[in-house]
Amino acid sequence: MKPLDRKWVWLWSAVLLVALLVLPFLVKNYRVFQFNLVLVYAIAILGLNLLTGFNGQISLGHGAFYAFGAYTAAIMMDKMGVPYWATLPVAFVLCFGFGFLVGFPALRLAGHYLALATFALALAVPQLLKYKQIEGYTGGVQGIVLTKPEPPFSFRFLDQPFSADRWLYFFSLAVAALMFLIAWNLVRGRVGRALIAVRDHPIAATAMGINLPVFKSMTFGVSAGITGLAGALGAIVVAFVSPDSFTVNLSIFLLVGVVVGGLASIPGAIFGGIFIQFVPNIADELSKSAPAAIYGVLLIGLMYLMPTGVMGGLHRIWARLRAKPAG
Amino acid sequence: MEALLYQIFSGLANGIIYGSVALALVMIYQATHHINFAQGEMATFSTFVAWALIEAGWPYWGAFFFTVAVSFAGGLIVQRVVLRPIEKAPVLTNVIVFIGLLLIFNAMSGMLFDHTIKSFASPFPKDSALATKYFSAHQLGSAGVLLVVLLALFGFFKYTSVGLAMRAAAQNPDSAKLVGIRVSWMLGLGWGLAAAIGAVAGMMVAPIVFLDPNMMAGILLYGFAGALLGGIDNPIGAVFGGLVVGVLENLLGAYVIGTELKLTVALVLIVGTLTLRPDGLFGKKVVTRV
Amino acid sequence: MPKLLEAKKLCAFYGATQVLFDIDFAIEAGQITTILGANGAGKTTTLRALCQVVRTTGSLAFNGGSGEVQLVGKPTESVVRMGVAHVPDGRGTFTALSVEDNLKLGAYVRKDRAEVALDIEKAYTRFPRLAERRHQQAGTLSGGEQQMLAISRALMLRPRLLLLDEPSFGLAPLIVAEIFRIMMKINQEDGVSMLLVEQNANLALDLAHHAYLLETGQVALSGPSEQIKNDESVRRAYLGY
Repeated sequence: MKPLDRKWVWLWSAVLLVALLVLPFLVKNYRVFQFNLVLVYAIAILGLNLLTGFNGQISLGHGAFYAFGAYTAAIMMDKMGVPYWATLPVAFVLCFGFGFLVGFPALRLAGHYLALATFALALAVPQLLKYKQIEGYTGGVQGIVLTKPEPPFSFRFLDQPFSADRWLYFFSLAVAALMFLIAWNLVRGRVGRALIAVRDHPIAATAMGINLPVFKSMTFGVSAGITGLAGALGAIVVAFVSPDSFTVNLSIFLLVGVVVGGLASIPGAIFGGIFIQFVPNIADELSKSAPAAIYGVLLIGLMYLMPTGVMGGLHRIWARLRAKPAG
Repeated sequence: MEALLYQIFSGLANGIIYGSVALALVMIYQATHHINFAQGEMATFSTFVAWALIEAGWPYWGAFFFTVAVSFAGGLIVQRVVLRPIEKAPVLTNVIVFIGLLLIFNAMSGMLFDHTIKSFASPFPKDSALATKYFSAHQLGSAGVLLVVLLALFGFFKYTSVGLAMRAAAQNPDSAKLVGIRVSWMLGLGWGLAAAIGAVAGMMVAPIVFLDPNMMAGILLYGFAGALLGGIDNPIGAVFGGLVVGVLENLLGAYVIGTELKLTVALVLIVGTLTLRPDGLFGKKVVTRV
Repeated sequence: MPKLLEAKKLCAFYGATQVLFDIDFAIEAGQITTILGANGAGKTTTLRALCQVVRTTGSLAFNGGSGEVQLVGKPTESVVRMGVAHVPDGRGTFTALSVEDNLKLGAYVRKDRAEVALDIEKAYTRFPRLAERRHQQAGTLSGGEQQMLAISRALMLRPRLLLLDEPSFGLAPLIVAEIFRIMMKINQEDGVSMLLVEQNANLALDLAHHAYLLETGQVALSGPSEQIKNDESVRRAYLGY
């Protein structure tokens, strides 16, 4: 890249950073809450993308891992008094284990069979969460109500108080940045190449020494862990978990987010998050079913016209702009 | 003992419905090697159409047959317009498009017919001559209807040349082309038939569980379980699998785990079948791949 | 007299890879023409090009009896309906269906039911082994029987042109001899035109009237089979003496 280009990149990055830091004080509290959800969904989508986009294993059930992480955090905060930030790594580890275990039978399933099994998992989750035998922990149909963590210090900026939502915004931003960094590094290096090799040429990958069963299960585990961590963060941000928040729709929406943002694209997860947070809000005005209709049309339309999602589209536009001769 | 018999018979009655859904799934799988995730929503939408016709004053059976015909056409059109272009695309693309169809049909049900729960008439009134000790009139009647459908299909595939052509196209599309079969249209036909079966299943289920846009989600899952259990490429196995699932659902619900975890039962059945016996009880193909 | 089929500047592609390079050939009605060549020369591809199963450019003029039709660009199903029957390599039988069902499928595009029934009986007379197994699953037949079935299925179309891809492949010499003898009979008695692709050059040249030699996707030699048989280079490379 020419030195001039690099300067522009730094400049725009700095501007973006400042904008992100100031943003919560420019808008009302409720908007900040929505931004927090965008970040949560972006992380969840990142997790799913790792498995489905990069590794080619189709999961229609990632809502289950999200729910598992959310309930882990909720139970730890509500029943065991664990501080909110400590629930995140625990959720990650537990969901990693859950995902790894799911990954094992998944090894024998390809394509639509895996989609089917994970679809069944997603459908079964609300019932499992309502199960009377574990009501003591899960709060049954009512779920668990939490309190949002208070910010560690208080001040006013631009005439807006540093509320819980605003504090959570920065918290989520940091967590998201960390997860994206980890994912980016993972994907750029040997692991990333192995992921794609396993997706596109599993037999050749085995011939190159990748232990397929272990690798695929690990991928499932890491993917579930990230989405589970997002779920935990989501529980903190929303301060509430209930079985009906985690229906099959969540799994489907996460998939929509992956497809819209771009399969096998890390930055795309942010677009996906923005999309699945705000589109229902806007579409709901039209009719209760409008979001579903829009998602459906988009899924099909994108598969036809822009299979690489928003990121892919942007890449192409960017490539075309740069291809123009200078001067 | 009587309670047990009741559970079994009731399970069989439900099982016929699951078996029909399983059959529709197997038909599409046989023809296209894809699992139609939108099957349930399509059936629900068909049932809404029938409901609307009956509300408008149509006689029950008139609405019934019209809905079946419209569903057939709808399934055919969906295959020709939406699915044909991606016939050769990777599995993920197809799965995503199926989910897209699921969402669109669900949305259409909601938008055109709103989300309030509706009751759907049964053509077999409670006190009719059909009611017996173990089966309600509707259970017996709907089992009869579905059996007729299944027999008609069986006859179609075994004794007509189009049926033979469909089987050939599903088994060996390359050779089928070489004898002049328009393979692509056979796929459309398969979709049309599956949609029609789904409509019948939906209309038989609605009087029991009441009609709303999410009516078929759980039933679809049972249909999947039944299809896998019977062998995903075996139509008769699919029906049998559906019956087994119906009976298991009732027995496990009544005697083992209570009625709250029914969907989990389906999940366990699906995962169990896929991992332990991927061919199902009667199927021929193998699923393993690492 | 116009040729039954005339190929001009025919090119064929598997995806981006070109396999046939501007080949010209012609098939006379009522005759058996053969295409010879080593593995990978493009013989099977030529037959696939005829049926429009692979992407082709160039011209394939077919005189099937209702005027001249251009085959390039037509869907396979249409080419079949014009009277071109293909016995693919590997037989292509519907292994899960019965022998009788396979034969019925061969006549799928025909509307004359009574005649179809007659043709099925004719096939059984010609190949008694098939008659014995008429309700058996085609996949349980031996290699030779499957070949007989594949040829019979193709003949059920009452084709103007019969394409055969390596009918001798994997079969015992006695069976092969029987099959080739029957093919000659079919050609002589019923006047069915044939295009035969064979690796077994000896057999093919004994059966055919006319021969083409393909080498890496191009026509290297062509002429009456007697002439090709006696050609020095062909004898050394393909006939073994």
